[in-house]
Amino acid sequence: MALLLRKTRELEMQIDEYFDMLLKGSLVFREGIKLYMEDNEEEFEHHRVQLDSFESKADAIRRSVENKLYLDTLIPEIRGDVLGLLESSDKVLNQSADTLNQFAVEMPMIPESLKPMFLDLTEASAASVECMVLAIRAYFREPEKVRDQISKTMFYEKQSDYIGDKIKRLAFRTKIKLSEKIHIRYFTYHIELIADSAEDVCDRLAIAAIKRSL
Amino acid sequence: MGWSLGANDGVNVFGTAVASRMLRFGTATLIAGVFVILGAVVSGAGPARTLNDLGAINALAGSFTVVLACAAAVAWMTRMSLPVSTSQAIVGGIVGWNFFTGSPTDIASFSKIVLTWVLCPILAAAFAFVLFKGVTAILRRAKLHILHLDAYTRIGLIAVGAFASYSLGANNIANVMGLFISASPFGDLTLTPFLTITGTEQLFLLGGLAIAVGVFTYGHRVMLTVGNELYKITPLSALLVVLSQALVLFLFASENLEQWLISLGLPAIPLVPVSATQAVVGAVIGVGLAKGGKGINYKVLGRIALGWVATPLTACALSVVALFVVQNVFEQKVVTLTPHKLTQASVNALEQEGIATKPLNPLRGKLFIGAASFRSALRNTSPWTEKELFKIFSYAELDTLKVDSTRAKAQLGDDLLSLEQMRAIVSLHGQTFVHRWQLDSALVNASEEWMPKTGSGHDAFNKTLKDKYRLIHPTFRKR
Repeated sequence: MALLLRKTRELEMQIDEYFDMLLKGSLVFREGIKLYMEDNEEEFEHHRVQLDSFESKADAIRRSVENKLYLDTLIPEIRGDVLGLLESSDKVLNQSADTLNQFAVEMPMIPESLKPMFLDLTEASAASVECMVLAIRAYFREPEKVRDQISKTMFYEKQSDYIGDKIKRLAFRTKIKLSEKIHIRYFTYHIELIADSAEDVCDRLAIAAIKRSL
Repeated sequence: MGWSLGANDGVNVFGTAVASRMLRFGTATLIAGVFVILGAVVSGAGPARTLNDLGAINALAGSFTVVLACAAAVAWMTRMSLPVSTSQAIVGGIVGWNFFTGSPTDIASFSKIVLTWVLCPILAAAFAFVLFKGVTAILRRAKLHILHLDAYTRIGLIAVGAFASYSLGANNIANVMGLFISASPFGDLTLTPFLTITGTEQLFLLGGLAIAVGVFTYGHRVMLTVGNELYKITPLSALLVVLSQALVLFLFASENLEQWLISLGLPAIPLVPVSATQAVVGAVIGVGLAKGGKGINYKVLGRIALGWVATPLTACALSVVALFVVQNVFEQKVVTLTPHKLTQASVNALEQEGIATKPLNPLRGKLFIGAASFRSALRNTSPWTEKELFKIFSYAELDTLKVDSTRAKAQLGDDLLSLEQMRAIVSLHGQTFVHRWQLDSALVNASEEWMPKTGSGHDAFNKTLKDKYRLIHPTFRKR
């Protein structure tokens, strides 16, 4: 009995650690974009490497949790839902790390007039990720609070769509090269994709929460 | 019968836990086996006593035939996919034996048993409803992590499974071995000066082992089938269902609990073997109602009610047929013929009980060997009710008893009888009685401590007194 409870506590801590990685990843992503907009290459590079490291650690923790859930046949009724949530939320972190890497590789030219809006877009996407993490944490302990956090995630996702649309419109009306316009559109899309991925996770989470309440 | 009880009812205890992979089959069978045996030996006597009140099958071949017929009825109903209750089958079997041999059925005991068939699922539903509401309210406040809840559920399933196995053994061993008590071939076994295993306890141990073997050998397939197909509920709900079932079975089996309730002035719960399956059905409905009442399949409920009625009727019919075959084709003694005679004393006693004795005049002094011939003769005199027949049989049954205080002291000792009670026996030393009730009356006249107490609050004393009477009758029986 003591062994079972000890294993359970360890697994809970691992799951918490995994979601801590997601949260930290979102914060580092936000800071990274800010530093890129400030043309602070050195710090931007540091944050990019840090985000890559969080992404690798999160993958390792996720695989370990999945193994334990199966080997110890824990939570048999909802194991599928929990594993699905872990895997889909991992895509959000992957998307954040990939976006930052793309910034480092392609070094897009962002006009000064568009930089504040890019920061707003990043804020909205990061906020949707943070609400997504809170929603999943609530699923594990307080399923009745999941709905509130899902609503917030949806709100920030809509915000990111709105801001992204504004950026694209402005970019194509600005007197810059077509290649730069297309580049700006590409990076806008990829930052929006982070919020979209967070929304997909929440759609899955909503069903899982309903199943848990039954 | 023990094997089929274990294979079928073991499911009710650990079915969902094993099918949902919360518990390994090996762990489940080990816990079930150990606690079923414990429950059978430690607490099985109460319900067995009630079954014997309904009808005492007094020949080994008769007991064997009735149990076999009941097992066949259970198997047949199971093949027809009707949910079956071994408890109800056994009651039907006993009534069948009474019918075949002409022995009267104690309507009071029969009514008590039938009442519990109705009470059992209702009580289980009530327990499950209250437990579900209570536990969900507590969990909502506790804000437990899913994984912690899972761990506690597993621990709960093991603990409750053990309790449920104990209750199953205690309550249902009467179905397996109760009919053999009167015809038991086992005597008391003294292992050490401090440890004596009575014949009944040995019988129950054998029955408990049979149940444990049934769980181990056949339970796995049945557990996986029933756990997944009969009702898909969460492990936590399953825990509450099993707990409710265990509580109901324990309520109807525990003599200590009964005496505690009586001491508080609350009504006594009849100690009767109740159906574990019906308790589970009731508990599942209770959980369904607690969740809002949606999803209850009333068609399935109807089939269950049909099985409830069909089982005892089928077992009764099969018992009668089987007894006829065993007696007339295999020429085995399915009943030990008890002599009956309407002596002057028995007629006077019946008059005092309010039975009209004028129609009995043609039968006075005549000796009848066997209940069937006596019943037939009685039917020709007047249309007696079953209740009146039961009284006439009780007072007319011949059972020659000679009081021997030396044998009483040696066999019963000072622990069972009080000083006053023993003095009463000594005062009657050497006297012979032709009816059991005459000895009982003489003991009452010799000492107040042999008199049942009237009024509320004395049920425990009267029950113990009844047990003492049951012990002294075979002690003084003329060999």
